[in-house]
Amino acid sequence: MTDKPSGLFHRDRSWHPAALTPPYKTSVKRSPAAAPISMPSTLSEDTGPVFTRDILGPQDADLIHNFASEGQSAIGPRIIVYGRVLDETGRGLPNALVEVWQANAGGRYRHKKESYLAPLDPNFGGCGRVITDEQGNYEFRTIQPGPYPWPNGPNDWRPAHIHFSIFGQSFGQRLITQMYFEGDPMIWQCPIVGTIPSREAIETLVAALDMRRTVPMDARAYKFDIVLRGVRQTMFENRMEGL
Amino acid sequence: MVQKLDNLKESPSQTAGPYVHIGLTPNYSGITGVYDADLGTTMLGDAPKGDRITIKGRVLDGTGTPLRDALLEIWHADASGIYPGQDGADADVYGWGRCPTDMDDGTFRFETIKPGAVQNRDGTPMAPHITFWIVARGINLGLHTRMYFADEPEANAADPVLKRIEHQVRVPTLMGEPQGDGTYLFDIHLQGPDETIFFDI
Repeated sequence: MTDKPSGLFHRDRSWHPAALTPPYKTSVKRSPAAAPISMPSTLSEDTGPVFTRDILGPQDADLIHNFASEGQSAIGPRIIVYGRVLDETGRGLPNALVEVWQANAGGRYRHKKESYLAPLDPNFGGCGRVITDEQGNYEFRTIQPGPYPWPNGPNDWRPAHIHFSIFGQSFGQRLITQMYFEGDPMIWQCPIVGTIPSREAIETLVAALDMRRTVPMDARAYKFDIVLRGVRQTMFENRMEGL
Repeated sequence: MVQKLDNLKESPSQTAGPYVHIGLTPNYSGITGVYDADLGTTMLGDAPKGDRITIKGRVLDGTGTPLRDALLEIWHADASGIYPGQDGADADVYGWGRCPTDMDDGTFRFETIKPGAVQNRDGTPMAPHITFWIVARGINLGLHTRMYFADEPEANAADPVLKRIEHQVRVPTLMGEPQGDGTYLFDIHLQGPDETIFFDI
């Protein structure tokens, strides 16, 4: 017996989107049909890469400026996005790498395969990254992205959103998700949002406007906490064969 | 009534979408000057121990069409079966790699060393393997799988994860096939008769 971390909490798959979600058409041919094989996590999933602050440049967490020409800045409503990376036990996760990407204020991505007629902003790239502090806090600055139409149904629109990729302390905690904005009516019309089974779960991806964290005459603030899978702190007895 | 548990719910997953490269491999997507280099493109330092290998493959949808907008990450131990961050790990084996599938032909490629056997929780060895994580437009929750080495039949036969798979006929979907020059081919099928085994860890 040991009190070392010993395995990830099992994932509640009924809380996550199913693989096959026909209203989101691309999932139809990209979803595994067989049930995934269940197994307790092993060292291969309980460990993971560690990132240190020396990979970060001075403007990595400032999307308003990190692609802009000298003296210029990105166009759009200036916002601060802040929050904590936690695990399911409520513990803040230090040194978690958070990578974000998004469209510009007009809803246009800087990508060669993107063809929406809204213009590119020459001063906006759309990527940023930050590493959480000892308590799991992170913060970055950006402009609020615009909604945009996408080819799915004949008139489907994505709500304004920021993509998040998060590393916890183990490869099995790896997660990609999206942040939405409080009060956006487009959230409830989106087939991708709608892949999430419950309204309760969707609401955990809606960032709250926080006027106390605004910078007056500069930027509003949105709070977005992210929860990764928890790690067991007590040993359980393993059986060698099957479950 | 009973006391309330303090557990939080994991944030629900959302697809990485078609523009995952902007965030995770911006230089590859043409957004240069923000990050010096894309993370995960180099997996080795100057003098790693072990046999050099290249892993090549594609991610195929249910029609057999390769995905040209997927992104893969891999994680593996050093040649002694020790993961980076553990005591005694080879400092020149980073263990983690990230690669988008090519926007034109859909191939991915990792250059690293062959990992050693890793201890399972009960102390028995797992056959050498590489953990894969796949995200893309149309994938709602990142997919976990493993690549084992087809040229390790004895270790594979004793592997505790492979042994417990009910439909042994599917086990070959987890095998990287050696090409004789240190290259292993590993195609990942999201659907269809050759659907790769994915794990719920």
